[in-house]
Amino acid sequence: MAHIHYGTIEARSLGFYAVLGILGAITLAGLGAALYMEHHGHWITGMSNQVIWGVPHVFAVFLIVAASGALNVASIASVFGRQLYKPLARLSGLLAITLLAGGLAILVLDLGRPDRLIEAMTYYNFKSIFAWNIYLYIGFFGIVIVYLWMMMERRMNDYSKPVGMLAFIWRLTLTTGTGSIFGFLVARDAYNSAIIAPMFIIMSFEFGLAIFLVVLMAGMRWTGRELGDVVFGRLRNLLGVFVAAVLYFVTVYHLTNLYITQRHGIEGFILLHGGVYTQMFWLGQVIVGGVIPLVILFSGLGKSRALTALAAILVVLGGIAQIYVIIIGGQAYPMPLYPGKDIVSSSFFDGMVAMYSPSLPEVVLGIGGMGLALVMAAFAMRVLPFLPQSLSDADADPHYKAETAKSKAATT
Amino acid sequence: MSLNRREFIGIGGAALAGMALAPGLRLVELAGARSPEEAVTSLQRWGLLVDIGKCHDCDACVTACHEENGVTSHGRPATDPQWIRKVTLKDRQTGYVTTLPVMCQHCEEPPCVDVCPTGASFKRVDGIVLVDKHICIGCRYCMMACPYKARSFVHEDTTNQKAHAPRGKGTVESCTLCVHRVDAGRIPACVEACTKDGNKAMVFGDLKNPNSEINKRLASAPTTQLRPDLNLNTGVRYRGI
Repeated sequence: MAHIHYGTIEARSLGFYAVLGILGAITLAGLGAALYMEHHGHWITGMSNQVIWGVPHVFAVFLIVAASGALNVASIASVFGRQLYKPLARLSGLLAITLLAGGLAILVLDLGRPDRLIEAMTYYNFKSIFAWNIYLYIGFFGIVIVYLWMMMERRMNDYSKPVGMLAFIWRLTLTTGTGSIFGFLVARDAYNSAIIAPMFIIMSFEFGLAIFLVVLMAGMRWTGRELGDVVFGRLRNLLGVFVAAVLYFVTVYHLTNLYITQRHGIEGFILLHGGVYTQMFWLGQVIVGGVIPLVILFSGLGKSRALTALAAILVVLGGIAQIYVIIIGGQAYPMPLYPGKDIVSSSFFDGMVAMYSPSLPEVVLGIGGMGLALVMAAFAMRVLPFLPQSLSDADADPHYKAETAKSKAATT
Repeated sequence: MSLNRREFIGIGGAALAGMALAPGLRLVELAGARSPEEAVTSLQRWGLLVDIGKCHDCDACVTACHEENGVTSHGRPATDPQWIRKVTLKDRQTGYVTTLPVMCQHCEEPPCVDVCPTGASFKRVDGIVLVDKHICIGCRYCMMACPYKARSFVHEDTTNQKAHAPRGKGTVESCTLCVHRVDAGRIPACVEACTKDGNKAMVFGDLKNPNSEINKRLASAPTTQLRPDLNLNTGVRYRGI
């Protein structure tokens, strides 16, 4: 394998500034939406005392989960020693940072009192998973920045393996923390399950790699760099494996609940008669986010770059649907306060499926977070060499020369 | 009557001694009362008993609570805060109908306190679960965790606040067990209203005092908690669910 060369995005590229401008505008719109929500109060959103966390949390959790997953490509190179993934490791670390920043920005701006962020940094309740997560998120930024430094500074390259190992363990812990926000909640039937944390980890593999693949394909294509079939094919197959693994975890989660009589209510709601949540589960999460990408990635269709990119985008959309079903579907279904009783009346919506329709500012805030993540990544790729100059088979595949040498030897 | 010098010195000395000692004696007496620093003690645990057999179609407790604490409606039921609510239940098997007030259950092991990242959600040593409005960041994790749907998020600006019950847009709030009244030796507004205008279905008292009325009532008939399976040891108990 030839020595890997990296380069920044060309300054003169008009297309680059157009992309930067569009992403910047999306980010600013998100900020404007947040200011609007904070000024008027949350009553102007779709959120209520029934559906407490809305679309901003869907996007925030999606991005935070995807962030730790985006780091996987770097981990495969540093921790598991796969040379093929090494040229991709810088971009992987970069996306991990920017996706987390985008997700956290949404989370903070959706707080009732974002101006009190300093309270969250100075008062800690160490039994709170949120408090653990504050440490896990800040630590993740620090570790991945150091990891990038080890990878990008030649003199420090030797340290990229131990730091990569630390980053890998940290990211598994981080996603466990994110999943446990829901997994440890005893009050609601949709949560309160130990499988949620590992399911979030496998979801992070899937979402992170899908975003990574889309950014890599766009970045290489738009800057006129080659992405060879070997790297492309490996990432495509890996994404397929992750899609299948997520479907497996989702199946086990629902089978468990289907076996437990107490949870038949929530299962019937999500799987059969929950209206938008049932549709979002079957159409969004399973068909769009699972079955269609699987067919594309594991059939001859996957040879097409465009269809593979489409599959990755479908995984992202299906992932957002999945988080929507988990967060909003899980809250819309009423809490089991009075087992064995029907609720005749309540002024506070006891026993009723909660109504929720996302408002425009919420959606704009959520998409703004995605814009922030991508604009940060684009800007960073402009100023620092994150993208390899070439990922052609000859440049990226460690076995490339050996194979050609072998085939040459065989022919002579 | 005339005093000789010896008597004058004697009486004068006694008066001086009295003046010097009296404040000290007064202090001893004060020490028996609760100073602001020791107003809360774990020797007490405040609780409520609701006798559902006596609770009927009436919402005196709800009106009194919201009046007392300045909890006002904006005419938007989905986002308006409710510190206490009336719920009517029908047994799925027998069809038996009951009605009961539901509010913060003041758990001994409150899930809202477990999950709060800043510690704004806290339990006083006398068992009252509260929100510190100064460090609540409005993340609503406590509302996700509360199994009783007891908490409300303040979705919009508040007006006509009561000095003893500060409220603020962007923070979470719930029943305080009328902590300001309890600290002054009074009973919560809901209990007072139920006793005066309602059906005398609510009893407030110290769960740790074996001689309190609430304890005698709890000991004399079967009662239950809401979601007893969660093992939260709630301070609010129900008779007749």
